[in-house]
Amino acid sequence: MLRYLLKRLLATIPVMGVVALFVFSLLYLSPGDPAAVIAGDIATEADIARIRAQLGLDQPYLVRFGGWLWALAHGDLGTSIFTSLPVATLIGQRVEPTLALTLCTMIVAVALAVPLGVLAAARAGGWLDRIVMAVSVLGFSVPVFVIAYGLILLFAVHLEWLPVQGYRSWHDGFGPFISHMILPSVALGIVYMALIARITRATMLDVLAQDYVRTATAKGLAPHTMLIRHALKNAAVPIVTVIGIGVALLIGGVVVTETVFAIPGLGRLTVDAILRRDYPIIQGVTLLFSAVYVLVNLLVDLSYSLFDPRIRY
Amino acid sequence: MSVDFTKLQGHCRRVALGLAVATGVALSGPVLAQGKVLRFVPEADLRSLDPIWTTAYITRNHGYMVYDVLFATDANFHVQPQMVDKWEVSKDNLSYTFTLRDGLKFHDGAPVRSADCIASVERWAKRDVFGQRLGELTESWTAVNDKTFRLKLKKPFPYVLEALGKPSSNVPFIMPERVAKTDAFTAITDATGSGPFKFVKEQWVPGNKVVYVKNTDYVPRREAPSWGAGGKVVKVDRVEWIYIPDSATAAAALNTGEVDWWQQLPVDLVPIVAKNKDIKVESVDPLGSIGMLRFNHLQPPFNNVKMRQAVLAIVDQNDYAMAIAGDMKNGKPCASYFTCGTPMASTAGSEALTGKRDFERAKALVKEAGYKGEKIVLMSATDQPIVNSQALVTQELLRKIGLNVELAASDWGTMITRRSSKEPVEKGGWSIFHTWFVGPDITTPALNSALRGAGEKSWFGWPTDAKLEELRDAWFDAPTVAEQKKIAEEMQRRAFETVPYVPTAQFIIPTAYRSNLSGVINSPVTFLWNVEKK
Repeated sequence: MLRYLLKRLLATIPVMGVVALFVFSLLYLSPGDPAAVIAGDIATEADIARIRAQLGLDQPYLVRFGGWLWALAHGDLGTSIFTSLPVATLIGQRVEPTLALTLCTMIVAVALAVPLGVLAAARAGGWLDRIVMAVSVLGFSVPVFVIAYGLILLFAVHLEWLPVQGYRSWHDGFGPFISHMILPSVALGIVYMALIARITRATMLDVLAQDYVRTATAKGLAPHTMLIRHALKNAAVPIVTVIGIGVALLIGGVVVTETVFAIPGLGRLTVDAILRRDYPIIQGVTLLFSAVYVLVNLLVDLSYSLFDPRIRY
Repeated sequence: MSVDFTKLQGHCRRVALGLAVATGVALSGPVLAQGKVLRFVPEADLRSLDPIWTTAYITRNHGYMVYDVLFATDANFHVQPQMVDKWEVSKDNLSYTFTLRDGLKFHDGAPVRSADCIASVERWAKRDVFGQRLGELTESWTAVNDKTFRLKLKKPFPYVLEALGKPSSNVPFIMPERVAKTDAFTAITDATGSGPFKFVKEQWVPGNKVVYVKNTDYVPRREAPSWGAGGKVVKVDRVEWIYIPDSATAAAALNTGEVDWWQQLPVDLVPIVAKNKDIKVESVDPLGSIGMLRFNHLQPPFNNVKMRQAVLAIVDQNDYAMAIAGDMKNGKPCASYFTCGTPMASTAGSEALTGKRDFERAKALVKEAGYKGEKIVLMSATDQPIVNSQALVTQELLRKIGLNVELAASDWGTMITRRSSKEPVEKGGWSIFHTWFVGPDITTPALNSALRGAGEKSWFGWPTDAKLEELRDAWFDAPTVAEQKKIAEEMQRRAFETVPYVPTAQFIIPTAYRSNLSGVINSPVTFLWNVEKK
């Protein structure tokens, strides 16, 4: 197990190296000039050229890539071209809102989706199954921003129960924190709930069709014990995989939700950086995302052995 | 298969109870004691702290929060002293001596000295177009003592005070000498100023929030506020700029009172927001902004004046005003190369833009120009509604006179990079782009950089027009306002002949604030002093 873990962790190094090379090259080749964005509309060409030179953007590809790698090797992600703040600081500011949104969303999604998926499978073809599937289709089909605006209109504007936008840190108290998290995590959670509920139902149906389930039922095992202790455990591997991918996607940024609720998360940091060509930020967050994907996949793989004793590392 | 729901129901009850408790806690969350807080949704995200390094208006507005200025322009277009107490001009008009007011202090407690003012103005003069002109004519800046400093000129320049009192980007803000000594092409990171607000850097979250607190050491002037001039009396304890990228969310936040003021309300949301009796929707910007259709003068077909005249003959400013502003209340024609409503604006030569829109004449001009269907690349930035709406109108117009137009839609970052290309369209160049300037940026020949005719040294589009340059030089030497106006009119007549660009419309973006706010200053720049929250 330890050997496997070490092997997988070491494998992240070449993966991130390839990502670094790929991202840097793509940014180098893509159109856009941060110096022009910085200088503003009124600036002259000469001003832009001076700013470009000052930022080192007129240097050849290899010099820039080498400089970035050298800094990276020393633990320095660079400095934002626009704000002059370290990329690590900017990422640090965004990690908490993103993790909070991820956690709350997954709690909402998993807490609703898994029981609903299990019940839908248990009552396959019945009214409950139909309702769960209809809700799932709706969750998939309605864009998240529509759900978000609907929630804002009802709970923030009309009922005035919850705030419209913004993020309050956990350090400001649980009340402000959770009140700012409810609407975005519900809006986003509905989408993930739909996905996880469908996967749960499908895998549960497969498991429930197995011989051992019929035998257990024939022997008089209580239905809820059979469903939760036996069937759900055996169906857990694909469900956990989907949840893991969901977590990775959420950490990678949910731009629409972050934009609608004005949450300063990593998704908006990335998109804003792309729009203004703030290369060090784009490079920094892309590396972070690749590391998160690798680690989440590793955790998901490791969790398989908890649910299925046949899987050993 | 049947399932016993009893246990599940029990779980559900407990979860529901937990949520109810959590929500209750949420709604009774602690409110931090911060005094009177003005929550303001700015026009854009503050990305840079250096108002000399960038001309971005959001950074200019940040500059007005934390810095003070030597002079400022008032609502009557008169330059008034701000940090300066008194000043003298020598009889030969070659020497200006300025004395600072008493009690001026930077946010770190250090007094504002002559050396700080000189270093700040010198840094500004390396970047700003008006400042560069002043710099060319400057022999020296010297500190007479800590409160008095002197400017010596090589030749008389009647616009010294106008340059120092320039209201829009780049504004000659006064910084501490240690900060102002930074290279003009390197961004400063220290926002220590002597202005009415202090920047709280540790609470700055780019893309989300900027926090300022009242500078309790600030000594405002006694005069009433008028644009950037007069007393900058701060009536709140703290200002939070909350950047909300989504306009529907910003509207909802204003409706519920989560924010107090939304600087730029999109015109399509005006009717919705105005329904709320607790919100005032107003146009506080007397000058608005001016749209612009800019040609590439280096490449065919618009290197031919007849092609530019053909476009001028069919541009109807009403179409552009409607496209940008949505109605004729917030948009209107402005057939002048200088901001309508300011002293240099006139109707000289404007019949070329206000007369009958003549498509037949335009077609004849296109024919005379020898146009043979070459591709015209019209650049647009779809993330900038003001740019995109103008581009769509232009695309339709050009097609009506048989031009082969390709709309090159991209984001703003890509567009402004591409516009620096002087290559033909086949090699990544361009033919036309749209943008807009805020009113104060094009009020005079000194400021309107798009009206230069200095060829490749000009602003993007690079028109060459020696006569226009001669007139501009003459304007700088004109000693009286009457002569300045006369030359400005001549420049405008010339511009309507050679068409360096076409002014498309003047428009105002409304602002919206809660009715418990008072004291909002009518000005082309949004200032946050004098604003009271009840």
